[in-house]
Amino acid sequence: MPKFEPVLLARIHTPDSHKLETYQRDGGYQGLRKALDLAPADVTNLVKDSGLRGRGGAGFPCGLKWTFLPKDHPGPIYLCINADESEPGTFNNRYLMEMDPHQLIEGIAIACHAIKSNKAYLYLRFEYGLSYRRLDAAIKECYAAGLLGKNILGKGFDLDIVLHRGAAAYICGEETGLIESLEGKRAWPRIKPPFPAIEGLFRKPTIVNNVETLCCVKQIIDRGKEWFQSIGVKPDPSNPRDAGSYGPKLYTVSGHVNKPCCVELPLGVTARELIDEHAGGVWKGRKAKAVVPGGISMGFLSDKELDTPLDFNGPGKVGCLGLGTAAVVVVDDQTNMVDVLYNCARFFSHESCGQCTPCREGTNWMTRILERIRSGQGSMRDLDLLTEVASSMGIIPGTTICGLSDGAAWPVKNAIQKFRGDFEEYINSARKSVTPYPVGAH
Amino acid sequence: MSALTEELREKIRAEFPKYPNKRAVTLPALHIVHDALRCVSTESIREIAGLLELHPSEVHDTMSFYNFFKDEHHPLGKHRVWFCRSISCMLRGGEELLGQVCEKYNVKPGETSADGKFTLEFAECLGACEGAPCALVDEDCHMSLDVASASKLIDELK
Repeated sequence: MPKFEPVLLARIHTPDSHKLETYQRDGGYQGLRKALDLAPADVTNLVKDSGLRGRGGAGFPCGLKWTFLPKDHPGPIYLCINADESEPGTFNNRYLMEMDPHQLIEGIAIACHAIKSNKAYLYLRFEYGLSYRRLDAAIKECYAAGLLGKNILGKGFDLDIVLHRGAAAYICGEETGLIESLEGKRAWPRIKPPFPAIEGLFRKPTIVNNVETLCCVKQIIDRGKEWFQSIGVKPDPSNPRDAGSYGPKLYTVSGHVNKPCCVELPLGVTARELIDEHAGGVWKGRKAKAVVPGGISMGFLSDKELDTPLDFNGPGKVGCLGLGTAAVVVVDDQTNMVDVLYNCARFFSHESCGQCTPCREGTNWMTRILERIRSGQGSMRDLDLLTEVASSMGIIPGTTICGLSDGAAWPVKNAIQKFRGDFEEYINSARKSVTPYPVGAH
Repeated sequence: MSALTEELREKIRAEFPKYPNKRAVTLPALHIVHDALRCVSTESIREIAGLLELHPSEVHDTMSFYNFFKDEHHPLGKHRVWFCRSISCMLRGGEELLGQVCEKYNVKPGETSADGKFTLEFAECLGACEGAPCALVDEDCHMSLDVASASKLIDELK
């Protein structure tokens, strides 16, 4: 395959890439100019026809989501930008916001024109301090240059962007949890319907889009839908519901690799290619035992599944939940899956918002069972118990409001199914793992 | 005496025009107060509620949902240092690093050092996995740490 020229990350090595001056020198905000000359519906259709699917995890078609807004609504209509990137292993949005904040702002402005919104709230996770400073400075530059505020570029379009900082809660990445948090409440996801497009932020029609998705919108306006569809994977003809996996995607590779990285490639690259060609291979000359395909909530690929294409369909075909955030985490063959799974389970029990009983209790009990195994007190029955608990929680069995529970259950189901030997060996050997810092602090 | 200075009140009021109602200023207000006073006391909650025209319990409900905010019984030190314990950092020694820091400075996650200089925390994924293990010192992320470089960061805190 010829070397792929990055588009979304094209400018990250440019000196001062985060500043308006260099962005405009590189042709920035021409896409917005072009979009403002088009009718909003034409921009929406362009994005819809490009086949762009949301990059935040669910992969919902972006343009289609925009069409769910009520027609001729008197307003206000809101755009929320989901920059609460918190899925373990994921850092691609951080790259985009730190290195090229204007690309995102241009994408936001184009999207707001398309959905007839004059107010965008950018919900940024608190931990991203540099992203905050860069975005804050970039937004100020835009107001000074007439690229935000009233009558943008003299084309009669008004837009304000508000930067809103979160407070270190994973659940705020769920779109209705994000909306509740923005409204000043605890981030408890809402029962849907109504979906945010009908009744969202402040009970007004709202679109929630991910950072990378909006950067893609900007590139689609610049380069056209044909360009976007020339990259990635076409729909599976045997599956009429498959929308394809078009476009470039930012993959992050971390864990036991020589060169952890964030790399932009066409959708559909394999885990093996990412590890060997882009991340310098598994560290210390070891082999991969397990690979997380898209953030820990998606489950695990075994070493026999590394040639799975990481597009929107690939991971699902080998029992994972999906592509997720395309965050690849590599676990080497010297690591025990009991410890890896415990880390995942503990994360979800810490981050469960507590609203739905199956999730609040299930994440906690799975963590406690894994703690028992790690303390040397585990039995084989515990493995079936873990599977039973995991299978009873989430949207997919229909017991919770949001998908956090599915994300918590999936790594458990995958790990026990694909790496059962690791667990059995661990239990039989009565090994013990200790968390090296005071456990009371959980 | 009121908990919030006029300057803090003014900062909170400056957030009002950004939102269609005052309740949405809850999180920004909590951040403003927490950052300046190193905790959000019961009295601060009352005063924030007064400014936002909410019941204090509404502000407290939001505040207590996010483990991020400390009450007056557990105020932050001068600085806050978070060590990531999630998967990418764990695989590269993040949990051991946090353990070593706890031992060296004799603090547990969530506690403040005896001299009040810093509060130690564990963090869930800080989104800097390419530089695992990593830590956040106030608002700056530091990557590829070991116990020596992490201690240097802490020792150099003013």
